[in-house]
Amino acid sequence: MIPDLGKYADTVLWSYVVSIGLLIVLVGFSVIRGRKVRAEMEKVEQRMTRNG
Amino acid sequence: MSIAAKANALWEYANPRKFLATSERVLPFFWITSGACLVVGLVWGFFFTPDDYKQGSTVKIIYLHVPAALMAINCWLMMLATSLVWLVRRHHVSALAARAAAPIGIVMTLIALATGAIWGQPMWGTWWAWDPRLTSFLILFLFYLGYVALWEAIEDSDTAADLTSVLCLVGSVFAILSRYAVNFWNQGLHQGASVMRAGAITGTDTEEKVSNIYFYPLLLCIVGFVLLFIALVLYRTGTEIRARRIKALLTRERVNG
Repeated sequence: MIPDLGKYADTVLWSYVVSIGLLIVLVGFSVIRGRKVRAEMEKVEQRMTRNG
Repeated sequence: MSIAAKANALWEYANPRKFLATSERVLPFFWITSGACLVVGLVWGFFFTPDDYKQGSTVKIIYLHVPAALMAINCWLMMLATSLVWLVRRHHVSALAARAAAPIGIVMTLIALATGAIWGQPMWGTWWAWDPRLTSFLILFLFYLGYVALWEAIEDSDTAADLTSVLCLVGSVFAILSRYAVNFWNQGLHQGASVMRAGAITGTDTEEKVSNIYFYPLLLCIVGFVLLFIALVLYRTGTEIRARRIKALLTRERVNG
C-alpha cells in the first residue's frame, strides 16, 4: 500500500506523522475549547435569566 | 453595490452577533472543503507522484512544508491587518481574531521548521543552519510565542489588545523577512522561491521551478491549508467572542451582587 520510499522512508514518514499530528492536535484543542466555552456561556446566560 | 458600500458592509461583521451568525453559516463549507482538499492533495502527492531525480522520495515533504511555511507568514500578516483595525477603529472582534489566529501561526511555523529540519538532514547533511530564511523563521516562531504570552499575561483585555497589536507591527518585519530573506541575502542553504514566483508559474524565467507533476497536488494542499486556516480562525474567533461575553456577564453578576 505504502509506496517504496527507498532510503528516505523514515525521513518522509516522520515528516507526515509530525505535521498531521500537529494539525490534529490544533483542530482537536480548538474544538474541545470551543465546546467548553459555548456550554459555559449557555450556563451563565441561563443563570442570569433565572436570577433576572 | 459600489466598492465603498461593499467596504462599509464589511464593518457590519465587527458586530459580534453578526460575526457569530455568519461564521456558523459558512463554517461547514470551510471544514468540509479544507478536509477534502487536504486528503486529496496529500494522497495524490504521497501515493501518486514519482521520486525526484535529485531528492528521491523526500520531495514528498513539499506538500506539507511549503503550505505550512506560506500559512506561517500569511497568518502573521492577517494578524497585522486585524491588529491595525483594532488600533484604528477599536473593533473588539478584530483584536479577538488576531488572538485566535496566533496559536494557528505557532503550529504552522512549527510544522515548517520541523519538516524543514527533517528534510534538511539528508539533503544538506544538517538538521539546522543559521541561514537567513531559517533564522528569520525561528525568530517569527519566537514572536508568535511572545504574542500569545503577552495576551495571557495582561488582565485587562483592551490593554492586552493594544500591546499585542504593537508587538504584531514589530514582528511583521520578520514575517516579511521570512519570505524575502533569500532575496535580501544571497547566501545560505535554503533555495529561493520555486513555487510562488510569477515567472516560474508562467514559465517566462529560466530558473529551476517545481515540475507540474508536483505542482498540481501541491496547489491543492496549499488551497487546503488556506481553507483550514479560515475555518480555524472563524471557529476560534467565535470561541474568543463567547469567552469575552462570559467575562462580561460574570463581571455584571458580581457588580449586581
